[in-house]
Amino acid sequence: MSRAAVGYFVKRWGWPVPVGRIKRGVARGLDLAEPGIEWVIRVCGWSAIIFVVAIFVFVFVEGAPALSQLSIKEFLTSPYWRPTSQVREQYGILALMAGTLSVTVLAMCLAVPIGLGAAVYISEFSSPRVKETLKIIIELLAAIPSVVWGFIGYMVVGPIIINATGAPVGVNVLNGGIILALMSVPVIVSVSEDALRAVPDSYREAAQALGANRWEMVYRVLFPAAKSGLLAAVLLGVGRSIGETMAVLMCTGHAVQMPTSVLDPVRTLTATIAAELGEAVRGDTHYRVLFLIGIVLFMFAFVVNLTADLIVKGIRGRGND
Amino acid sequence: MTEQEIGADETVLRVVRSGDGSAAVRAEEAAVGSARVSRLFPAADEQIGGLETFAPTDVERAKARRQGIARTIFMLMAFSLVIPVILILGYLVVKAWPVLSWSFLVTNPENRMTAGGIWAPLVGTFCLVLMSLLIAAPIGVLAGVYLNEYTGDNWLRRVISLGVMNLAGVPSIVHGLFGVGAFVYFAHMQRSLLAAACTVAVMTLPVIITSTREALASVPMSFREACWNLGASRWQTIRTIVLPNSISGILTGVILQVSRAAGETAPILFTGAVFYARVADHGFASWAPYGPSDKFMALSYHLFTLSTSVKDVSEGLQFSTAVVLVALVLAFNSLSIFLRVYLRARKKW
Repeated sequence: MSRAAVGYFVKRWGWPVPVGRIKRGVARGLDLAEPGIEWVIRVCGWSAIIFVVAIFVFVFVEGAPALSQLSIKEFLTSPYWRPTSQVREQYGILALMAGTLSVTVLAMCLAVPIGLGAAVYISEFSSPRVKETLKIIIELLAAIPSVVWGFIGYMVVGPIIINATGAPVGVNVLNGGIILALMSVPVIVSVSEDALRAVPDSYREAAQALGANRWEMVYRVLFPAAKSGLLAAVLLGVGRSIGETMAVLMCTGHAVQMPTSVLDPVRTLTATIAAELGEAVRGDTHYRVLFLIGIVLFMFAFVVNLTADLIVKGIRGRGND
Repeated sequence: MTEQEIGADETVLRVVRSGDGSAAVRAEEAAVGSARVSRLFPAADEQIGGLETFAPTDVERAKARRQGIARTIFMLMAFSLVIPVILILGYLVVKAWPVLSWSFLVTNPENRMTAGGIWAPLVGTFCLVLMSLLIAAPIGVLAGVYLNEYTGDNWLRRVISLGVMNLAGVPSIVHGLFGVGAFVYFAHMQRSLLAAACTVAVMTLPVIITSTREALASVPMSFREACWNLGASRWQTIRTIVLPNSISGILTGVILQVSRAAGETAPILFTGAVFYARVADHGFASWAPYGPSDKFMALSYHLFTLSTSVKDVSEGLQFSTAVVLVALVLAFNSLSIFLRVYLRARKKW
C-alpha cells in the first residue's frame, strides 16, 4: 500500500492500520486511543440501522418456516382465524386486517380534522402564550402510556358507549377508534404544525399584501403550500394507530370477525400477537404465524415511515431554493 | 341654496383672512369646502362619502365573519383535545383518591392481587428503567455524536436518520417479537429482567439519538473551530467542548427515555414481565429485589392484568394503579419540558 493510501486510510477509517505505521506516519503523537474510540462511535452511529435490520431478520427467521406450512393466499385472504381448532387449524388474517383497518379508519376520521384544525390554530391564530401552553399539553398527551389509554377505554369510555347507544358491549370499534384518535392526534398536530411553520413567511406577507385575511391565507396559501407535510402528518398518524397494541387489545373486544357496524367488537393484528403469543408453543405453526403477522406489521410501518420521510424531505428540498 | 353657500363661503374666507383661526371656524370651512366639491362633482359624494370612507363594505364584512367562524372552529378543535383529557384524568384521580396512600405504594400485592399495594411492580419498573437506561444512554449518545460530528450532510447521514425514524416507527409489539427472537432465545437470556431491558432499550434508542443530535447541533461551530485551532483532535474537541456544552440538552432526551420506558407494556409482555413475583420488603433481600436473570413485575403490565385478568379486584385498586403510572410518566415528562424551557431561556449564545 502506498504511503498516500495509508494516510487516506488512517484519516478515513483509523484503527485497522498497523500501529507502527501510524507512529511513523501522519498520526505521530496522536492519542492512540482515539481511533478505538472513533470506531466505537461509528458502530453506535450505525446502531439504528443495525437494529432495524436485526428486527427484520430475527422476526423473519422465527416466522419464515410457517411459509412452507401454509399457503400465502390462504394466509392473506381467508377470514378464518382458528389457530387452536381440534379439527383443522386455519390461519387467515383477513378478519384481523379488517379489524385493524376499521379501527384505524374511524380513528383517522376523528383525528385528522381535529388534529389539522388544532395545528392551524396553534400555528396561525393563537397568541404566543396560548401556543406554548397548548404545545406542552399536547406533548404531555403524547406521553400517556398506551396501557393507560387502554384502561381509560375499558373502564371509562366503554360504559359511556353502553349508556349512550344501548350496545351490548362497550369494547368495540367505536371505543377503539376514539381511544386511537386521542392517541394519534399529538403526532398529527406536531408534524402538521412543523409543516405549517416550514412555509416561508414571505408567503404569508404576500397573501396579506394582496388583502387576504388570516382565514383566506390559511385556506388559499398555507394549505396548498404545506400540502405534502400535512399528508406526512396523516401518514404518521395512520402508522401510529396501526402499530398500537395495548390500547386496542383492551378496548376493541376479542371477536375475530368482519365488522359490519361501529358497535361490533373486532380483533386487530397487533392485539392478536399480544393475546396469543403467550399461549403458543415455540416452534409450533401458531407461534410462527404470529411472527409472520409481525413481519406484515413491520413491512407496513416501514413503508409508511419511508413515504412520510420522502415527503418531508421533499419539502425541505423545496424550501432551500 | 347656491347663493347661501357662496355667502357663507365669503364669510369663512373673511374670518380666515382676519387671522382668527379657531377650530370651529376651520370645521365650518371644511363643511363648506365639501359642499363645494359636491356641487362641482355630484358623483364624488357617494364615492368618498365623508366619514363613511373607511367603513367596511359588505364583502369585507363577509370576509371578517368567515375569518371569525374559522377561528372559532379551529379554537374549539384545539380545546376539544385538551378538555376531555383533563376531564378523564380528573375522573381517574377522583376514583383513585380513597385508595391512594403511602402504604399503597410500599406494600406488595396481596390476596391474589385483590388487596395490598403496588410495591413489587413499582420496584420492577424502577429496575427495568434503570437497566434499559444503562444500555440505551451510551449507545444513543454516541450515535447522536456520530450523526452530528462525524458525518457530513450526505447519503450516509440520510440513511442513518431514516433508520432512526424507522426504529421509532416499528410497532411496539414487533419490538416485543424481536426481543423474544433475539434476546430471550438467540442470546439465551430466557425471560428475564435483562432481556426485557434490552428490548426496551432498543425501542427507546431513537428518543436519545434525536435529542442528543439536536443538543449537539445547537453548539456553535466557532466553539469547535477554536478548539481545533489549539491543536485538539476531533474526539478531544467533542469530549472537552461539545459534550460539556450540550450535556443538559442530552439530559432532556435521557429523561424522556425514562418516561417512555416506564410506560411501555407490549415489549415486556413476552420478554420477562410476569403476573406475580413478590419482592422482599424487609431485610437484606429487599436491597436487591430483582436480579438481571429474574422475572419481574412491572407497573404497566400490572395495570393490564389488574384490569383484564384478575377477578374481583376493586375499582379503587385499578384506578390508583393507573394514576400512579400516569403521574410517574407525566412527572418525568414535565421535568424534561421544564428543563428544555429553562435552558432555552438562559442560553448564552
